[in-house]
Amino acid sequence: MERLQMHGIAKEFGGIAALRDAAFSARSGEVHALMGENGAGKSTLMKILAGAYDHQGGEIHIDGAPADIHTPLDALRRGVSVIYQEFSLARHLSVAENILLEHLGHRFWLARAEMERRAADLLADMGFPEVDPCALAGDLPVAMQQVVEICKALSRDCSILVLDEPTAVLTAHETEKLFALVRRLRDRGVCVIYISHRLDEIFALCDRVTVLKDGATVGTWETATLDHDSLTRLMIGRELSDFFPPRAVEPGPVALEVQGLCTPRLREISFSVRRGEVLGIGGLVGAGRTEVLRAIFGADPAKGTIRLHGRAQTIRNPGDAVRAGIGLVPEDRKQQGVLLDLPILTNAMLTPVNPHLGPLGFLRGGRERAAAQQLREGLRLKAASLEAEAGTLSGGNQQKVALMKSLVSGCEILLLDEPTRGVDVGAKVEIYRVINELADSGAAVVMVSSEMLELIGMCDRVLVMRAGQIAGALSGPALTEEGIIELAMGRDNVH
Amino acid sequence: MSTETQTIGTAPAAKGPRAGRGLLARLIDWNIYIMLVALIIASAILSEHFLTVQNIFNLLRQLAPLALVSVGMLLVVLTGGIDLSVGSVAAIGGMVVAMMMPALPVEGGFALILSVLAALGAGAVLGAVNGILVAGFGMASFVATLAMMTMARGIAYMLSNGQPVRFPRELPTAQILTAFGAKGVPGLGIPWPVVAALLAVLLFVILLRRTSWGRLTVATGSNETAVRLAGLPVGRYKFLAYTICGGLSALAGVMVTARTSVGTPVTGIGLELDAIAACVIGGALLSGGKGTVVQTMIGVLILGLIGNIMNLMSVPAYPQQIIKGLIIILAVLLQGVGARTRQRV
Repeated sequence: MERLQMHGIAKEFGGIAALRDAAFSARSGEVHALMGENGAGKSTLMKILAGAYDHQGGEIHIDGAPADIHTPLDALRRGVSVIYQEFSLARHLSVAENILLEHLGHRFWLARAEMERRAADLLADMGFPEVDPCALAGDLPVAMQQVVEICKALSRDCSILVLDEPTAVLTAHETEKLFALVRRLRDRGVCVIYISHRLDEIFALCDRVTVLKDGATVGTWETATLDHDSLTRLMIGRELSDFFPPRAVEPGPVALEVQGLCTPRLREISFSVRRGEVLGIGGLVGAGRTEVLRAIFGADPAKGTIRLHGRAQTIRNPGDAVRAGIGLVPEDRKQQGVLLDLPILTNAMLTPVNPHLGPLGFLRGGRERAAAQQLREGLRLKAASLEAEAGTLSGGNQQKVALMKSLVSGCEILLLDEPTRGVDVGAKVEIYRVINELADSGAAVVMVSSEMLELIGMCDRVLVMRAGQIAGALSGPALTEEGIIELAMGRDNVH
Repeated sequence: MSTETQTIGTAPAAKGPRAGRGLLARLIDWNIYIMLVALIIASAILSEHFLTVQNIFNLLRQLAPLALVSVGMLLVVLTGGIDLSVGSVAAIGGMVVAMMMPALPVEGGFALILSVLAALGAGAVLGAVNGILVAGFGMASFVATLAMMTMARGIAYMLSNGQPVRFPRELPTAQILTAFGAKGVPGLGIPWPVVAALLAVLLFVILLRRTSWGRLTVATGSNETAVRLAGLPVGRYKFLAYTICGGLSALAGVMVTARTSVGTPVTGIGLELDAIAACVIGGALLSGGKGTVVQTMIGVLILGLIGNIMNLMSVPAYPQQIIKGLIIILAVLLQGVGARTRQRV
């Protein structure tokens, strides 16, 4: 008996279909994986189930009866809880208050002792008696915060639990504990919907798999009938070579050499990149990948030597880095990469070495415009005009805008942090093309990515990081998903 | 995954913000100009004394200090901050110039320039302290400038034991200053403080629109992290904004002293609120990154007009404050409608 059924779900954002014809169904007492590439519509589908988005077509049935879910409250009333990647805990309230506040909040006097007792019971029941219900939620490790989130969902009698990439921020050991918790919930008859990119987890945990692609459901399979390769093929739906066109040029001389880079979170990072080379940095979230880029770029204080084209270079701040020819495209595009409210032109000229400025810093609009126009054409930036606000562009085009200032500055060493995060598949291919063209024109590219296919497809070499160190480097035939995972998790932790 | 859906949500990239908009939307874009014209027409109808050269010039003369302070405030607001100390700094500026003129061993124009520069310097130093606290120590601008507001006011009282600073009228230096405050351009009659304020406005219109400094000041307020990660010295733009704001505030105090022939420690109480109101009426965002000098000046004029017409109509002081508040709310509501229309298109 299917507990949850969703049929023909459609959702558009500003005329662009995020979901076209998505179907999904799950039973009580199973862990059901929802898979798909970034942009396939997994999160959108789950947000519709959670009532965070209203759907424009299709039906949701729970226990065979139509469930009108249009607001988050509708979903909660029907026992649906979604645990998002960003937790929604009140960091300054205690664990007990977080778990039970909405439950007891309607009473005027808070029964603190009762809340703490019930929270402790629930936590112990879930296998985490060590969590103190009086501790502040914000003080807990991320893994325990997640447990608190799950307990909060259970306190609302949740019978359909959605976990959106729950292990992205967890260590291997914490992942195991989470899996044990999820299995316990399944055995009690909860319907667990599990979103993850990590194929290993799917095979270790899930009973069935539903694959989404480009906003539509490809199908549902018993996990036992699939293997890594067949699941990957179902998700991508095409060959890798279509995604990652080959580069023409052989790498040249060394452009950037990093030796013994140390920060509180990084230990002895050393590597070099050649002109025309794309170097990948892989590893789990929190392994220190972003920190490496920020340390090289002078955004965080660091010890160690950096050589550019063979000469030692002191980089104290991002200004030094840009003047030395290093450009950064940060991971968080909206917060760090672009000025959403300002025109593309301003974004493009956001550099301490703007070569188009006149004397005394007076702007020379014509020259800037001509230069930006040339870049716009080279990057195939889709925008109404250079005056369009960056925030009106799609994710992929925003990412191109974030790159423009480095190109205006003449940077030949480009540090790209998750360059394709949160952009759809078509835009990804566009960004790959841009990276390839930059490398072909002699730039040295360092690219951090969480997507293994991307690292394998795009990079000449991949450094894999673990706990602030470089665990190893992979290239050629050794550059495989298994190789990356093995280095990222540590040989002993691979399950 | 969670971000791309939002991106798609704002995706209609083919149209610029102004493409294909109706007449109503355009009118809303121009709402503060329309409001200004409406106020002028209403004032002219309501009072026969309004549209007289003398009244207009007097009004503008009184608004000149607020115009200077509002330009300074706008710079700070553009970086995403706020400066509550402008009124206190103006008081110090007005007192410094009044105390310097008789104290200098020289007299005349040169002495006046020295005195004004001393006032300007004092304001810039106080503004720079604000800038260091905000940009260097990362203090919230509201807190840092709140502290400066009370400290500077204290300094102003201490400079003269709380007494107004009078200066000998016959002193040649003082005569130039009071003539500046009272007279206008020969033949045209435009008051000198208005000419000075217009020059300052023009200067900052050019600096903000035509220089990299202006662009980066706006960018800093729009998204500080992104600007820092672009390799630009964000702290410098913030520091400069507070320093310039302090300097302009002190000059505003000098203008008040010129008009009233006395430097008092109570000058500019509440001035910060008028300046913030002018910026907000002019469409500046207090979160930074949006606002123009010209529109802020329209805000100054709207505020001034409201006060002027109510005075001409003998509206008592207390209801005046209520009406002023209502007009501010109305102006901002109209902008909200504008912003929403923009999003819908």
